Amino acid sequence: MGPEKRRGLWWCEAKALWGGACGCVERSLRRGGAWVGVEKRNPPRPEADPGKCRGASVLIMDPECSRLLPALCAVLADPRQPVADDTCLEKLLDWFKTVTETESSLQLLQDHPCLVELLSHVLKPQDVSPRVLSFALRLAGAFAAQEDCFQYLQQGDLLLGLFGEAGALGWSAWSIPSVRSGWIQGLCALAHHPSALHFLADSGAVDTVFSLQGDPSLFVASAASQLLVYILALSMQGRDAGSPIPEVAAWPVCAQKIVSHVQESLHSTAAPQVTQALNVLTTTFGRCRSPWMEVLWGQLSPLVASLLKRDPIPAAHSLVDLLLSVARLGSWDAAGWRGWESPVLSSAACGPWEILAQTLHRLSPTQAGPLALGTLKLQRCPQELRTQAFGILLQPLACILKATAQAPGPPGKSYHLASGLLDGTAGGSMTVDTLLSSKSACVGLLCQTLAHLEELQTLPQCPSPWPQEPLLDAAVIILRLCDGSADPSSSGAGRLCGTLAGCIRVQRAALDFLGTLSQGMSPQESMLQVFAILLKNLESPESSPTVLKKAFQATLRWLQSSVKTSGCSDLSPDALLFLGELFPVLQKRLCSPCWEVRDSALEFLTHLSQHWGGQADFREELQSSEVPMLACQLLQDPESYVRASAVAATGQLFSRGLQATPTSSENLQAQQGLLMDLMYILSTDSEGFPRRAVLQVFTQWLRDGHADVARDTEWFVTTVLQAVSRDLDWEVRVQGLELVQVFLTQTLGRFRPRCPYAVTLPEATSPTPHPEFLRTLCRLPLFEFVFRALFDCDRPVAQKACDLLLFLRDETAPSSGPQETRDGPNSASVEVALQRWQEGEQGQPLGDLEPEAMLALLRSLDLEGLQGKLAKSSDHIEKSPQSLLQDMLATVGMLEENEADCY
Amino acid sequence: MKIRLYCLSGHPTLPCNVLKFKSTTIMLDCGLDMTSTLNFLPLPLVQSPRLSNLPGWSLKDGSVFLDKELKECSGHVFVDSVPEFCLPETELIDLSTVDVILISNYHCMMALPYITEHTGFTGTVYATEPTVQIGRLLMEELVNFIERVPKAQSASLWKNKDVQRLLPSPLKDAVEVTTWRRCYTMQEVNSALSKIQLVGYSQKIELFGAVQVTPLSSGYALGSSNWIIQSHYEKVSYVSGSSLLTTHPQPMDQASLKNSDVLLLTGLTQIPTANPDGMVGEFCSNLALTVRNGGNVLVPCYPSGVIYDLLECLYQYIDSAGLSSIPFYFISPVANSSLEFSQIFAEWLCHNKQSKVYLPEPPFPHAELIQTNKLKHYPSIHGDFSNDFRQPCVVFTGHPSLRCGDVVHFMELWGKSSLNTVIFTEPDFSYLEALAPYQPLAMKCVYCPIDTRLNFIQVSKLLKEVQPLHVVCPEQYTQPPPAQSHRMDLMIDCQPPAMSYRRAEVLALPFKRRYEKIEIMPELADSLVPMEIKPGISLATVSAVLHTKDNKHILQPPPRPTQPTSSKKRKRVSEDVPDCKVLKPLLSGSIPVEQFVQTLEKHGFSDIKVEDTAKGHIVLLQEAETLIQLEEDSTHIICDNDETLRVRLRDLVLKFLQKF
Repeated sequence: MGPEKRRGLWWCEAKALWGGACGCVERSLRRGGAWVGVEKRNPPRPEADPGKCRGASVLIMDPECSRLLPALCAVLADPRQPVADDTCLEKLLDWFKTVTETESSLQLLQDHPCLVELLSHVLKPQDVSPRVLSFALRLAGAFAAQEDCFQYLQQGDLLLGLFGEAGALGWSAWSIPSVRSGWIQGLCALAHHPSALHFLADSGAVDTVFSLQGDPSLFVASAASQLLVYILALSMQGRDAGSPIPEVAAWPVCAQKIVSHVQESLHSTAAPQVTQALNVLTTTFGRCRSPWMEVLWGQLSPLVASLLKRDPIPAAHSLVDLLLSVARLGSWDAAGWRGWESPVLSSAACGPWEILAQTLHRLSPTQAGPLALGTLKLQRCPQELRTQAFGILLQPLACILKATAQAPGPPGKSYHLASGLLDGTAGGSMTVDTLLSSKSACVGLLCQTLAHLEELQTLPQCPSPWPQEPLLDAAVIILRLCDGSADPSSSGAGRLCGTLAGCIRVQRAALDFLGTLSQGMSPQESMLQVFAILLKNLESPESSPTVLKKAFQATLRWLQSSVKTSGCSDLSPDALLFLGELFPVLQKRLCSPCWEVRDSALEFLTHLSQHWGGQADFREELQSSEVPMLACQLLQDPESYVRASAVAATGQLFSRGLQATPTSSENLQAQQGLLMDLMYILSTDSEGFPRRAVLQVFTQWLRDGHADVARDTEWFVTTVLQAVSRDLDWEVRVQGLELVQVFLTQTLGRFRPRCPYAVTLPEATSPTPHPEFLRTLCRLPLFEFVFRALFDCDRPVAQKACDLLLFLRDETAPSSGPQETRDGPNSASVEVALQRWQEGEQGQPLGDLEPEAMLALLRSLDLEGLQGKLAKSSDHIEKSPQSLLQDMLATVGMLEENEADCY
Repeated sequence: MKIRLYCLSGHPTLPCNVLKFKSTTIMLDCGLDMTSTLNFLPLPLVQSPRLSNLPGWSLKDGSVFLDKELKECSGHVFVDSVPEFCLPETELIDLSTVDVILISNYHCMMALPYITEHTGFTGTVYATEPTVQIGRLLMEELVNFIERVPKAQSASLWKNKDVQRLLPSPLKDAVEVTTWRRCYTMQEVNSALSKIQLVGYSQKIELFGAVQVTPLSSGYALGSSNWIIQSHYEKVSYVSGSSLLTTHPQPMDQASLKNSDVLLLTGLTQIPTANPDGMVGEFCSNLALTVRNGGNVLVPCYPSGVIYDLLECLYQYIDSAGLSSIPFYFISPVANSSLEFSQIFAEWLCHNKQSKVYLPEPPFPHAELIQTNKLKHYPSIHGDFSNDFRQPCVVFTGHPSLRCGDVVHFMELWGKSSLNTVIFTEPDFSYLEALAPYQPLAMKCVYCPIDTRLNFIQVSKLLKEVQPLHVVCPEQYTQPPPAQSHRMDLMIDCQPPAMSYRRAEVLALPFKRRYEKIEIMPELADSLVPMEIKPGISLATVSAVLHTKDNKHILQPPPRPTQPTSSKKRKRVSEDVPDCKVLKPLLSGSIPVEQFVQTLEKHGFSDIKVEDTAKGHIVLLQEAETLIQLEEDSTHIICDNDETLRVRLRDLVLKFLQKF
């Protein structure tokens, strides 16, 4: 949507805010505000009528909606009238759901017989389009969620007609997935009270739901499983309190039916059926927390365990989900976690921990990985199981270490490391087989393992002790296998080398993991190894741009960790040596023909100088290279992202005094040169990113009191605002307001020094602004900029401007009354200019402003009201149910005025 | 009949093989191994005091007879003579019997004058037009580089076997040095090129009616081709220097390679571990870094091929890198022709570039670089170049071996400053060996070999796609490179394993010819009366004369027996016309034993016994002491000297069979 179009929409809203459209007129009148006149000239537009601005009240059924409903129902029931689209129906349904949440559905149906007529009408499905049919099914379900309304609808056998065997199932439209989905969702909505349960049992719907579990449409199949969970939960409702839960055989019929269906499915040899059963159980254990589930698990766990005896294990992914879901099922007892020590579970044939352990043992390495991670993430879990799970996650890396260990002679370091990783875990042949079977299997397993371990390291549940050194070694070896520099001794390692050589996916995963490993403590030897492999990846021409980016990120993290190791904020001697080799590489990367590479290199440079720009050794290394000069040249890069990154990098370098030219006189010149270069970019660059970056740098410079900016701050702010006020990019304008805010805070601070030790009396009245402060503000084009922003067609800009004016008003004129509004000598002309801006004529200058006029203006504005309005999304008027109904009717030409037009 | 392959070159990317197939002798490429020149001292264009003052090399025993021929530079020994080239084998097969030579790309034809002018070759050479034109440029440049620096001295003493084994490496290990030859002359080049017949992609060329050869686009260079050599029942594909990357040439035609009996695979990338994209990036970065520091960049290169792609990359890169003001010089005796030729071979270019021609725009952006004076080209460093020369600059010039051409001058000129950089992009020569006679060297050296030919991953995909029955390739491709013996991925992996060859080896290709196509003349075909012996299969007997000419076989109607007219003629006719004997009918069908026995009984034979055997039945006529052996494909009547009985029995057997 272009700015013009947005302006149109926003304009309606802005006008309403300024006092008129929603009953605010009176308030303004009472306050004697200056905006009455504005309102008089702009009578309310049809879409801005009072009903639309009633906040939460828009949800209930109002007279206007009631008036429109019959026509709409007629349209929906008429197969000759095409319904606009599915989204309209979805919105309509959402609205009805909201209405039924606050009002009685029965009352609603009685007040609007057209709704019942519509539902009855769809019983003749040949006359209805499938999308309306689906809508009607869901609508009926939403109404029938209230028991009295359910009874009402049942009286006319409407529900049976819709959901019973004689209903939807017999329609030809049943073959359309959206109708089947509507049927299920309708039942889902309906299944909320005991009457519904009887209905479900009598109508035979449960059997249909069973069959729908295997529906070709995934949405329908998944919804069917959900519905079974609903029904099961509904059947068991109220059985939790007090008395112990009976065995499944004594459960209500409906629940028994579902449980035995699940049991049958688990017995099935067809994997899809097993998957369906496991999914139902996963959802059950995932969403409910009731004691009867222990009984259920006791009944079903032997069956689940028996799945492990099959080869191959059916539906392994679903099995993993189920086990994790069961294992996560913790304290549903107010007294706290009861664990699996409850009598029911301990008497179960297979406790969940045993099954988890068996499953971890039985699944293939790729399938076991997610289960192992999930197990380790559990809040409470036996230590033995955690050890087993961690062993599974470590297995692939241990295999890699073992394969690349030096075979002849005494066992080398890698070998010891591998056995360190493998301690306590048995078998690795399956992992080795996976790693060597095919490229995709090997890459898949390694990437998954690395990602899991990376995730694990950052969690509080991270196993301790963490095998930092072997893992570091494994990551480095994987990277060496990827760049072809590993020297494998065994044939297996040779195969690995061939498989992984040049594999970007694994490289990226390994670099990410390596970066995360920087959090742990590593011996110096390992750090040197890490720096070497990072350097290799950074300088290799074979490294793809994405690999390079990851390598830069990992390098940064390791440099940071080296600071940690050295114990002070300085880089360690090893890191400094590494930097010496790093800068020539960075130099080359800044000259890369690939823009992504130049961009990541610049970002890396920015971070580097941000962290260590103050450190002498770092400065020396950087300044002896050509990196600062190259970064400066990239301000003219043809790629806008690179220019933006170059702006950030040079801004950072210059604020740290790290520019290319060393002598002081040149330094000054160069710095001013950069300021002018950035100003030039701000006013001429055709892309938004570099301009945004410039403003960020400027704001930072202003915040830091950078010498160039501090020398003549007023000139600086004036020049920047002149450029920004013309900018078409709203983010630049928001950033401009940010800069204004920093300026205001600083200037205020200057005129009102706050010394914490000064003895001052508590101020009874609000602080009066320093006259010089006000004069400064009026001298600059600051107000013009902020007021313009207040009327900006982009909401975030207006919001920010409003916040800024509120801040300014609170700082300058918090308690002044509205009577002062017209006091200022110039406020009349300012008022006129503001009115014009409101109307969209932004070419008008605001003219010179006296401090008094400025204060008067600030007081006169209903800034709080404006802030409230701006906080709402811009479509809050259009989103009302009336407009939805009107829109739907308008598309089929049923609105009265349109009918009149026809004559 | 076996198909043989004679392998005359050991260089996998500069192949020269001879295929003997169906009475034709086809030479596939004649690449010239120029790595031999690395053993020689460079030919300086301008007198170089450094080179001329190099110390002579003497044997350990102090013999100094070689000091005129061998010079030492930084521990390496070089032959001080005109560079010589290692030719393909000439002894393995009589090259005068070669019928045709098929050329796949301009790099693989550099030995052509040696073959066509000095071996008695009388056949035809087939190549595409760009191959010939650019090949001519490459040859012309080479001849020019060598001839314009006349060298009086010609070293030969060192080649003596007894002397050679006393020399240090690599001279000691150089193979077949006695067969090394000096460069050919322009006259020989012209004569050799005049024997070439131009062909277009997918054009079918009949060779003596025996085989058909077809060039296919190989995607590697302008006009580069793979070849299909096929008869009616056999297909040999020759893949040489192919690329699947999207560079300037027309994309590779893979589909036509399907259903090959043998796929001969040569010319894979020489740097399998380097990705061309990464190398181009490296090239640009190093170039920019050097120039920004005020240094010069030297790019030793051929006058055609990768240079087009490099110029195109630079065209996009120089503005972004702020190099617009840096001059790019392209110096070669054929620079102008090369740049212009590339623009006119539109039909041989990739689709993208082809469509530019219709705009109309030059397909390559180097035209614009020339127009805007960013790229200037000169035939040599003499003349205009010395007037225009500005530093810092980027110079593209030959020869990539650094042994001849203008590059020698720039190496001498810029070698002493560490500001300058030489960037190697051609993969044909080891850059360390190329630099050896310039040591010690202060200038930076960057190795960015750009080889767009197939790598092993692409080969394995290609083989999966076209599924040849057998693959034949140089032995280098069947094992990982010696320097990376663990990289099992850097070799051809196919089933059945590829058959490998090495220089001077003769291979019997692993398939036999079993069928030959024969045509039947229409009038003879008319006379055939097919009989259906099984549903869908009909047979007919034919009596005809097989006529063979130009490797085509035709069945013609037999001549009618001529009436004796005169005694003179009769005699002659009876000599010429083969005897047309009365033909016995052919039999088919099977004998139902039970019915046969019944028939025998009907005809008075009694006491018949039938035995089942593994292959059929034995009918025993005990009275007559006769045995009738009935098998699937034969019937024997065994009776003792009773011819009448045998004939009777035979006729009974025949009753059950169909005759035609």
